[in-house]
Amino acid sequence: MADSTLASPHAADDEETRRDFLLIATSTVAAVGTAFAAWPFIDSLNPARDTLAVAITGVDLSPIAVGQAITVIWQGKPVFIRHRTAAEITAARDVNVDQLPDPQPDSARVEKPEWLVVVGVCTHLGCIPLGQRPTDAKGDYGGWFCPCHGSHYDSSGRIRKGPAPANLAVPPYRFLDDNRIEIG
Amino acid sequence: MDAKTWKNPIIAWVDKRLPIFTMMQHDLVDYPTPRNLNYWWNFGSLAGIVLVIMIATGVVLAMHYTPHTQHAFESVERIMRDVNYGWLLRYLHMNGASMFFIVVYIHMFRGLYYGSYKAPRELLWQIGVIILLAMMATAFMGYVLPWGQMSYWGAKVITNLFSAIPLVGDAIVTWLWGGFAVDNPTLNRFFALHYLLPFLLFALVFLHLVALHTSKSNNPLGIDVKGPQDTIPFTPYYTVKDMFGLGAFLIFYLAFVFFAPNFFGEPDNYIKANPMQTPPHIVPEWYFLPFYAILRAITFDILFIPAKLLGVIAMFAAVLVLLFLPWLDRSAVRSARFRPIYKQVFWLFVADCILLGVVGGHPPEGVWVPLGQAATAFYFAFFLVIMPLLSFIERPRPLPSSISAAVTGKGVGISAHGVAE
Ligand code: HEM
Ligand code: FES
Repeated sequence: MADSTLASPHAADDEETRRDFLLIATSTVAAVGTAFAAWPFIDSLNPARDTLAVAITGVDLSPIAVGQAITVIWQGKPVFIRHRTAAEITAARDVNVDQLPDPQPDSARVEKPEWLVVVGVCTHLGCIPLGQRPTDAKGDYGGWFCPCHGSHYDSSGRIRKGPAPANLAVPPYRFLDDNRIEIG
Repeated sequence: MDAKTWKNPIIAWVDKRLPIFTMMQHDLVDYPTPRNLNYWWNFGSLAGIVLVIMIATGVVLAMHYTPHTQHAFESVERIMRDVNYGWLLRYLHMNGASMFFIVVYIHMFRGLYYGSYKAPRELLWQIGVIILLAMMATAFMGYVLPWGQMSYWGAKVITNLFSAIPLVGDAIVTWLWGGFAVDNPTLNRFFALHYLLPFLLFALVFLHLVALHTSKSNNPLGIDVKGPQDTIPFTPYYTVKDMFGLGAFLIFYLAFVFFAPNFFGEPDNYIKANPMQTPPHIVPEWYFLPFYAILRAITFDILFIPAKLLGVIAMFAAVLVLLFLPWLDRSAVRSARFRPIYKQVFWLFVADCILLGVVGGHPPEGVWVPLGQAATAFYFAFFLVIMPLLSFIERPRPLPSSISAAVTGKGVGISAHGVAE
């Protein structure tokens, strides 16, 4: 023992030894174990169960007259619900889809043509576009106008002009009956 | 510190300007360690790892916790029920506090047995005592955060200790509370301090290690290292041993976390704090029980000093006396292995501390009162009477000539199994 303790644990030459194998195997197990142990810490920062539970919002549409819009909160974000006029529906359909920055026909963005439901968060850098209130600027295309960097959205919530790269997102929602929807 | 040349050019570049790699090589790899350290020397590195676990789990808990009397209890319940793996993080933190004290108490008894507090390690020992005080403050304030019944009444009782101070006592308590009762301002500042102190602890641990690597490790024989034949490099020998110890410790720790997570806790702390109703039997966490017993042991006034104040003084003195240990024990021999009388008294002292813990957990009635008083008397006698006296009356056994002589069986004065001990 007296002399063995002072000897280097590494092989004298560069050949692989049983000791090298054990070192690599142990380090690998330790690294994998640490990665597993890190997961609960990372996952705890994801939405908690109570946060997920309020991720569904029900909306009664009956008080919203034609031409009016309301904003509801869904998952902490504003959702624009617009009861579109016949003129707005026509305008939304009457475009050359291929010419749009983010080509999408109006029919792919609505469940029922009178009701447009979109997430009211500008796809550029996240501001809330104007256009919900009657006095708001609605932009060049009769939809919404984002004051932050000047993005114009049309009456289908599609991006038409400005820096935003994509249309206003359509959240998942369904009609429970003619006058009620559930978002989420 | 001999400048080592690093093969990796990036490491070499950094190291030339900021020698962290040389320092790591010096302190974690080459560090010459006595070749005869036993498993009691594992507890220092374990304590360091527990501190890191506490900070990691604590920081994540703090991201979900709300330090407000109206929300604190609910936010902890939300951590338990709704936050992903919140139960795991909280149980790791809760049981981690108990593990921290188990590990640190063993670490301290090790120092007491092998005389690690003696020259040249006095300051190393004293930094350790300060670390213990900071840990106690951290754990006390952490326990208040979940705002259960024990949190609340524990906070109330402990802060009220300061009211024993003559003249300014009440003003100090009001200042501690930031109001006229333990309330929202109290909870708020306790959270801020509970977050701050562990980082202070981290800095203290760093100083502890600088002092350690200056005076070098003691060893079970308590004799000085006489040359390279007495040491082995820290890596791989003690890195491997520490890792093995860590594995064993984690099994112990996680067994509680997964199978008995509330073993160390009090059920009353799952009842939300009610400032209008004290639970019938309030006890501090187990790691404070010996000190709690000392606090309650003083039931009599001495001269003009009231019992209440004496109890508080005795409790703080029980920790602070450790600061003077290097000068209370004047024996030139460090290790209890070579001190036949001290070796016995040491175990009596360990038993006394456990007894104090048991007394602290019982209501101060009947036999528990005189028992607590006797145990308190022995606690202080151990430091203030027995230690100084033994230094003169005890005849130590002959010391081996060197560590290497002893471990290779050529030493004097050690029994055949002395090496394995
Ligand atoms: C020295 C290390 C530490 C010790 C000894 C300690 C001790 C404690 C204790 C005893 C509790 C009460 C456990 C319970 O009954 O639930 C607690 C709770 C808490 N601690 Fe720590 N702690 C430490 C470090 C930290 C750090 C670094 C942070 C944050 C940066 C932190 C954040 C918290 C939070 C948010 C709670 C309340 C949540 C809960 O009750 O589980 N702790 N701590
Ligand atoms: S965020 Fe709307 S245009 Fe930039």
